[in-house]
Amino acid sequence: MCVPPFCAPPQRRSWLSVRPFVLSNELSALLLLPVPRASALWMLAASCCDRRMCVCPGPRRIAIPIRSSRLPLLSDAMPAPTHLFPLIRNCEISRICSTMCYCHHKHLCCLSSHFAHGHFRYAPQKKFAALYRPKENFYQFIHARDYASTPQRFYLTPPQVNSILKANEYSFKVPEFDGKNVSSVLGFDSNQLPANAPIEDRRSAATCLQTRGMLLGVFDGHAGCACAQAVSERLFYYIAVSLLPHETLLEIENAVESGRALLPILQWHKHPNDYFSKEASKLYFNSLRTYWQELIDLNSGETTDVKEALINAFKRLDNDISLEAQVGDPNSFLNYLVLRVAFSGATACVAHVDGVDLHVANTGDSRAMLGVQEEDGSWSAVNLSYDHNAQNEREVERVKTEHPKSEEKSLVKQDRLLGLLMPFRAFGDVKFKWSIELQKRVVESGPDQLNDNEYTKFIPPNYHTPPYLTAEPEVIHHKLRPQDKFLVLATDGLWETMHRQDVARIVGEYLTGVHHQQPIAVGGYKVTLGQMHGLLTERRAKISSVFEDQNAATHLIRHAVGNNEFGTVDHERLSKMLSLPEELARMYRDDITIIVVQFNSHVIGAYQNGEL
Amino acid sequence: MFLRLLADVRWRGADPKWRSAARCRSASGTAETQPVPLPAEARVVICGGGITGTSVAYHLAKLGWKDVVLLEQGRLAAGTTRFCAGIVSTARPVSIELKMADYSNKLYQQLEQETGVQTGYVKTGSVSLAQTQDRLISLKRIASSLNVSGIPCEIISPKQVAQLHPLINIHDLVGAMYVPEDALVLSANVSLALATAASRNGVQIHERTSVSHVSVQKGRVTGVETDRGHIKCQYFVNCAGQWAYELGHSGEEPVNIPLHACEHFYLLTHPLKDPLANNVPTVVDPDGRIYIRNWQGGILSGGFEKNPKPLFTEGRNQLEIHNLQEDWDHFEPLLSSLLRRMPNLEALQIMQLVNCPESFTPDMRCIMGESPTVRGYFVLAGMNSAGISYGGGAGKYLAEWMVNGYPSENVWPLDLKRFGTLQSSRTFLRHRVMEVMPLICDLKVPRWDFQTGRQLRTSPLYDRLDAQGARWMEKHGFERVKYFVPPGKDLLDLDQSKTFYKPDWFDIVGSEVKCCKEAVCVIDMSSFTKFEISSTGDQALQSLQYLFSNDLDVPVGHVVHTGMLNENGGYENDCSIARLSKRSFFMISPTDQQVHCWAWLKNHLPEDSNLTIEDVTWKYTALNLIGPRAVDVLSELSYAPMTPEHFPSFFCKEMSVGYANGIRVMSITHTGEPGFMLYIPIEYALHVYNEVMNMGQKYGIRNAGYYALRSLRIEKFFAFWGQDLDAFTTPMECGREFQVKLEKGMEFVGQEALLEQKQNGVYKRFTMFILEDHDTDMDLWPWWGEPIFRNGRYVGKTTSSAYSYTLERHVCLGFVQHFDEKTGEELVVTTDFINQGEYEIDIAGQRFQAKAKLYPFSSLFAQRRRKDEVELSGYQRE
Repeated sequence: MCVPPFCAPPQRRSWLSVRPFVLSNELSALLLLPVPRASALWMLAASCCDRRMCVCPGPRRIAIPIRSSRLPLLSDAMPAPTHLFPLIRNCEISRICSTMCYCHHKHLCCLSSHFAHGHFRYAPQKKFAALYRPKENFYQFIHARDYASTPQRFYLTPPQVNSILKANEYSFKVPEFDGKNVSSVLGFDSNQLPANAPIEDRRSAATCLQTRGMLLGVFDGHAGCACAQAVSERLFYYIAVSLLPHETLLEIENAVESGRALLPILQWHKHPNDYFSKEASKLYFNSLRTYWQELIDLNSGETTDVKEALINAFKRLDNDISLEAQVGDPNSFLNYLVLRVAFSGATACVAHVDGVDLHVANTGDSRAMLGVQEEDGSWSAVNLSYDHNAQNEREVERVKTEHPKSEEKSLVKQDRLLGLLMPFRAFGDVKFKWSIELQKRVVESGPDQLNDNEYTKFIPPNYHTPPYLTAEPEVIHHKLRPQDKFLVLATDGLWETMHRQDVARIVGEYLTGVHHQQPIAVGGYKVTLGQMHGLLTERRAKISSVFEDQNAATHLIRHAVGNNEFGTVDHERLSKMLSLPEELARMYRDDITIIVVQFNSHVIGAYQNGEL
Repeated sequence: MFLRLLADVRWRGADPKWRSAARCRSASGTAETQPVPLPAEARVVICGGGITGTSVAYHLAKLGWKDVVLLEQGRLAAGTTRFCAGIVSTARPVSIELKMADYSNKLYQQLEQETGVQTGYVKTGSVSLAQTQDRLISLKRIASSLNVSGIPCEIISPKQVAQLHPLINIHDLVGAMYVPEDALVLSANVSLALATAASRNGVQIHERTSVSHVSVQKGRVTGVETDRGHIKCQYFVNCAGQWAYELGHSGEEPVNIPLHACEHFYLLTHPLKDPLANNVPTVVDPDGRIYIRNWQGGILSGGFEKNPKPLFTEGRNQLEIHNLQEDWDHFEPLLSSLLRRMPNLEALQIMQLVNCPESFTPDMRCIMGESPTVRGYFVLAGMNSAGISYGGGAGKYLAEWMVNGYPSENVWPLDLKRFGTLQSSRTFLRHRVMEVMPLICDLKVPRWDFQTGRQLRTSPLYDRLDAQGARWMEKHGFERVKYFVPPGKDLLDLDQSKTFYKPDWFDIVGSEVKCCKEAVCVIDMSSFTKFEISSTGDQALQSLQYLFSNDLDVPVGHVVHTGMLNENGGYENDCSIARLSKRSFFMISPTDQQVHCWAWLKNHLPEDSNLTIEDVTWKYTALNLIGPRAVDVLSELSYAPMTPEHFPSFFCKEMSVGYANGIRVMSITHTGEPGFMLYIPIEYALHVYNEVMNMGQKYGIRNAGYYALRSLRIEKFFAFWGQDLDAFTTPMECGREFQVKLEKGMEFVGQEALLEQKQNGVYKRFTMFILEDHDTDMDLWPWWGEPIFRNGRYVGKTTSSAYSYTLERHVCLGFVQHFDEKTGEELVVTTDFINQGEYEIDIAGQRFQAKAKLYPFSSLFAQRRRKDEVELSGYQRE
């Protein structure tokens, strides 16, 4: 599919410019929309200062030139989100779109044409086309609204909201043997809610079959989903292999050598939407095999340390991703794929649970949080990862020590690495790892699609001493205690809307089914029946939202997206947030991916007492 | 607590003499002052000083038993009695409950005058609202029943409701029932008044004395152990309310009192701006699950929510009744319902939400009577939140029971012996009461089955029958088949199937009945209570001859149908007894007789080690083969001739069926149809069932259920114990003289009473009514308890009814009495009196013409049978 021609008709530009100035927040109020995310607004302002890098309005981790080759990808993904469009009445869409467009225009003063184009590059396609045909009748439209006595608002019905929220939910219960579950993990719930189209987050969960333990991870991609996809497929194999004892590795190698059936290494727990790419499996397998062959040769005879294994696996995989892109592949599709993987990026937050030993390896700004139930029944949160971004002073410090002092000022700009990248550690993103020469060589020898992509060709500013980015994780080890009830792994889409304390409380109350709603007592107050009734109805609504969800992650997303200022799920708000067209969705939220792992306190207690 | 203070003031104002000791105590405020010592001995010890305990004491004293001690662990009327809403309502669907409530109402009305204690009795009347037509029907049924009991009552329109109560929103009402004589009382004061009167009559009352357990020797109460010493006594009365279950289980010999407490909430408000008048009627809105009464110018409103909160399941714990928390979130649906009914109350200020636990029983009826295991141990508890309404009447019946040996009314529906140990599981009780409490407000339609606490006792064929579409009901914990839904046919959901009209299973049961009439059906009747009585010598025969009215000295292999009567000639049990050998008998009684009959036999059989009685209910699976082809099936399976010449009716033989030996085959069907009962040792049950079904295939065999059985037996005018027969019905009154052998050569229980009846005639007569102008499809169906009118005058009530598929008419069974037109005195009922009347049956206020008959349509059925026999012989010739 080709890039749509830049042809904003003069009429449109004219109505854009004659509208009076309104602040975006007020505008949101007019539209009955929540206030856009701060970062999204920042993105607008920041990006438009730099004419070269007009940015899509989402919380993109990375700023992308507008005429990017990503467009075809996005267009391919259109069917997924379009199911939302019929839900929105046409006028509403045009109202939202036109006003948003106008809003940017005013904010950014000078860039109207560019921006309008940026936003409406789908316009001539599919549904939007219809909206744009009556080019000059915006005023009619406005007038029509004026005449309408009661402006009809569109809301998703609760079942529609639920079907959107639950589309990606997945639950796994650790099976019991003889009526007993001896694993310290009871099971997990996971879910994701896209804001990008296609979603750039990935998730994985698997049980190690040759060693004990369970692996769970969330991966937040940027500049496309290719890298996140590859990491979600491959990382656990690398970790599992790193953990395997020497004999098992030998056994596996011999089996491969003699063409025998391979011992299964992982048992995956996947939602049907969590796909594996078939085409690359051979390539991925070969890289993995090379890895374990090296491990066999390196046989140190020592027992594998989980922490080391995690670090090695992360680094090795990133290395393999980089190498595969450099070497290329004779198959043109695969060649393009490995390049896309390498040029896009992904953060990873992976938990390994084995008995009471919980390891969390984190690269980037996803986060792992432990939910702890205090003796009084209340919930508190313990962080099990550090964000690798500009807010983490240690991380800023680390980056600075790794590069000459001359670069100190250009290293972190506007809270981004080299002014571009939000996470300070990531898989892929070879633009921040390879030397300029290597990048140029690969891009030039690469397929045409790659050459068409302005982003890949673009070298970050002040790029002097690569690599600037690493995939090495920080690993935190935690010994589980009976009061540790659950672990939440989530991408930053969750954490930027909710405080971890609220997350702990909401999940905790959901899992225990107990609501720490203070019982109402009339006491000496003067309360009328009507007042009491109103109060009780409100409380009931609050409780009922819990029972709609069978999945803790879904419940959390419902809160993350639908919480009003009082901390309760507001259906109206939820409905609006979910019915935003994909282009706007990114303004208001990021992709959210959540895994909630529930621990088995009895087993953990038994471990502690040395019974297991 | 406001109520409490109020009550205290008046309590002291009354100044009864038994109070003085307690007063000393409270005045000094220390435990040092010696309370009045307990007596060492008393005739009766009552445990519990609530409404039931004081009522029993009051009535015992009235009946002349003055050596009575009442013990209360806390203070009098301090439990549920103090907290309850104080509504006296006579609108009760069960006749005995209605009578108790009516008596209570009359008792409370004159109590203040009698005792001087202010009871706060106000005759406000009550209005029961109907939001749906079905609800109105159920109210009309109650109204018919109230009217014939002499309680004024009328069905009124929504507009009249608005006139009666200024606040009610009537827009969603279809009608209402107004009972003008219903009243409000201060419940605690009523209890105190009863205590005052009792103590004046000599009853000793001791507060702050708790009973730890009851001493039992040789199955009799001998004394009571308290925290203040031992009291020797002959009778103990457990009126401990929600603690009754636990108290019953505290002794060495447990007495099972199946009840369980649930939290119950009601709301108190400050007075309205224009305070409600004192006599504004109490409003009951069952569809909204609430009741609303006037309370000091404001309102008191509570209800029975759909999701009750059971409590005290683990027994009595630290959570005291006074410390229960208000739970507004739980009350929310009831509050919504209240504001919907009375929208003007929105601005009314809340005073308090009271949490008043109430105890509930597994079948929504209260528990009274003597323990089946311990003689002299009486119980009155489990009031299902109607303690004030029932308290007076229930106390009276129990006192009569203790003094006279039997109450003056048939209280079998409330008898403790309707339960056994199988209802004693805490889990069962907890689950069941969660169903029972909402049921108080639910629509009570005919043929309702409980949904919880099921599948406890089942036949070995349960799964097999279930797979063939069986729909189940429960009796005494035993699952019994109602009917079989043919494959591919769906019935309505549980909720939708609630109807007062023609039910959805009508055609299904019809085809089962047809099959019973024309071919052969199998009904699993394993739930029947089965006893074996045997002895080394003649003892079994001798004692049974004494206990039963029919002559049991029959040749071995004969089955005798007989009543087990009480001194008044009334049926304590109605059973079939097979003489297995010279010295052993096999006795079959109704399912719910298991506890009662066992207790009766234990109490009446002589203590003789040579005489053994065994409950073999669990040992046998019973299959009833009904129909003209049953004989063919059995003879093919046993290679034995089963024709009437070889196997006459009322005959019993152990024989083999299929491969299985030792099957007791009896030529009775409990329906009047030809056929056999098979009593099969349970390990053979599946085998015999399979054989019967396989062999029966060519005779068109099919499964059938109890609804078919019921239709068959009612059209044949067969009375069933527990439904038609009770302890107040004699064989003479139901046309069963032939089952009584007055000249059998020896005395038997009830003989004198029957002789007298034979000479003087009976005062009621069991009669069969065929509804004449009743449209089965369009009209309300009769159930039981419908008033019978003869020449426009009330003469009695129906006891059971069914649609007869043979007559294509509804048949009702019931008793006809003869009241003198002027004095109302009961007169002898003669055959002429029955035959010379024009009858009508009142179904929910609508009267249907009925034809009365004293004998079944023998000719109609006899012809049919002869025809069958012809076919039968024809087949055999082939």
